Amino acid sequence: MAEFQIDDLVRALRECAGVDESVDLSGDILDSSFEELGYDSLALFNTVSWIERERGRDLGDDVVTEARTPRMLLALINKD
Amino acid sequence: MSTVVTGLGIVAPNGLGVEAYWAATLAGESGLARIGRFDPSGYSASVAGEVTIDPGEYLPNRILPQTDRMTRLALIAAEEALTDAGADPGELPEYAAGVVTAASAGGFEFGQKELEALWSRGGRYVSAYQSFAWFYPVNTGQISIRHAMRGPGGALVAEQAGGLDAIAKARRHVEEGTGLMVAGGVDGSLSPWSWICLIRSGTLSTATDPGRAYLPFDVDARGQVPGEGGALLVLESGDAARRDPYGTLAGYAATFDPPPGPGVEPGLRRAIVQALDRARVDPSDVDVVFADASGVGSADLAEARALATVFGPRGVPVTAPKTMTGRLAGGGAPLDVATALLGMRDGVIPPTAHVDRPAHGDLIDLVTGAPRERALGTALVVARGHGGFNSAMVVRRN
Repeated sequence: MAEFQIDDLVRALRECAGVDESVDLSGDILDSSFEELGYDSLALFNTVSWIERERGRDLGDDVVTEARTPRMLLALINKD
Repeated sequence: MSTVVTGLGIVAPNGLGVEAYWAATLAGESGLARIGRFDPSGYSASVAGEVTIDPGEYLPNRILPQTDRMTRLALIAAEEALTDAGADPGELPEYAAGVVTAASAGGFEFGQKELEALWSRGGRYVSAYQSFAWFYPVNTGQISIRHAMRGPGGALVAEQAGGLDAIAKARRHVEEGTGLMVAGGVDGSLSPWSWICLIRSGTLSTATDPGRAYLPFDVDARGQVPGEGGALLVLESGDAARRDPYGTLAGYAATFDPPPGPGVEPGLRRAIVQALDRARVDPSDVDVVFADASGVGSADLAEARALATVFGPRGVPVTAPKTMTGRLAGGGAPLDVATALLGMRDGVIPPTAHVDRPAHGDLIDLVTGAPRERALGTALVVARGHGGFNSAMVVRRN
């Protein structure tokens, strides 16, 4: 399966949780915390569910608390 | 110590924002129309009071995926009310401001969308936001979060009467020392699922002409027309108000109907008498009544009788501007309170639209046709909720 990229994640966040007007998701956000980007745990939970459906793969409930930045979340999604 | 109203926010089918709504209401412009949100053909009722704006143009994007339509409309009204009061709760001490709203059905439209996802695609497709977006107190919660109002919070569910109950509960919090409360209701759920539930109540008008569908106190009364929207008020203590208030919440009472039977009087008159009593207002001092205006003939008659008993036959002007918005469930009575305050400000009683053949002219003096200019010092707002709720509130000009 194709690697899940930052653009895919931004698309998912936009769709599932919306975007904070004060945040530029097109910038370098890989190492920003989701909190800084305006996303709480429920927003992330909703986004992860969407990604799980898209990828047909269960990521487990802990992913929401473990992945504190987009880079960490992408690593977990793309892990074999 | 008095509790005063220092801010108003209105979202109504015939106008977005206080002044647009007020201008439309005085001009007799109705927001009732054939439902456009979904195709109502195939349902027995097809007319409603829809708010036609796109809330997304008024709210932060992050709010949208987690809110039902009625919550979005409530957030728009709350922002207007706080701005109108010149208040920024974020600058107040942490627990100095709170929110009480009325609800009737919660976020039905959001819930329907998620049920569709559940049954057509599976549980994994249900939004995590379903956990609260449908919930009755969700408007209170979202307003509280958005404006950093961590003081007393609550939600009242008593259909149309709940709107007054919510304002009264917020008033108690102000009396007990909370500096500022946002109170009232913005309600409504115009989705196929909720439409079916409303139709099952047996009270909906089946008329297809929007100008002839909701005719309370008319010989052709044939039921009610639901709508969406309402009003939120900012309440503060009279001695600490940050601006010249619209008016004072002078008295309130709520009663419950006894089981119906021959010779059993409903609880509406008791609610009115108690509210006047608590406001220390004589019936002869009331300048206008904003009626519940059911639109169901028997309920209209019961209300006309209660008003005639308290005020004497044709003893006070009675009006129902909700003929231009439809019945807004938890949002209806707060909108009536706001409308009463605007009427006091401008010295005018807005008309009851569409009604041209009053059925109870011997009992009540219904204001129809055009606005009636008159200095207003004291107004009574009456609301009844499906299932036996009655509430009455007296507001006075400052």
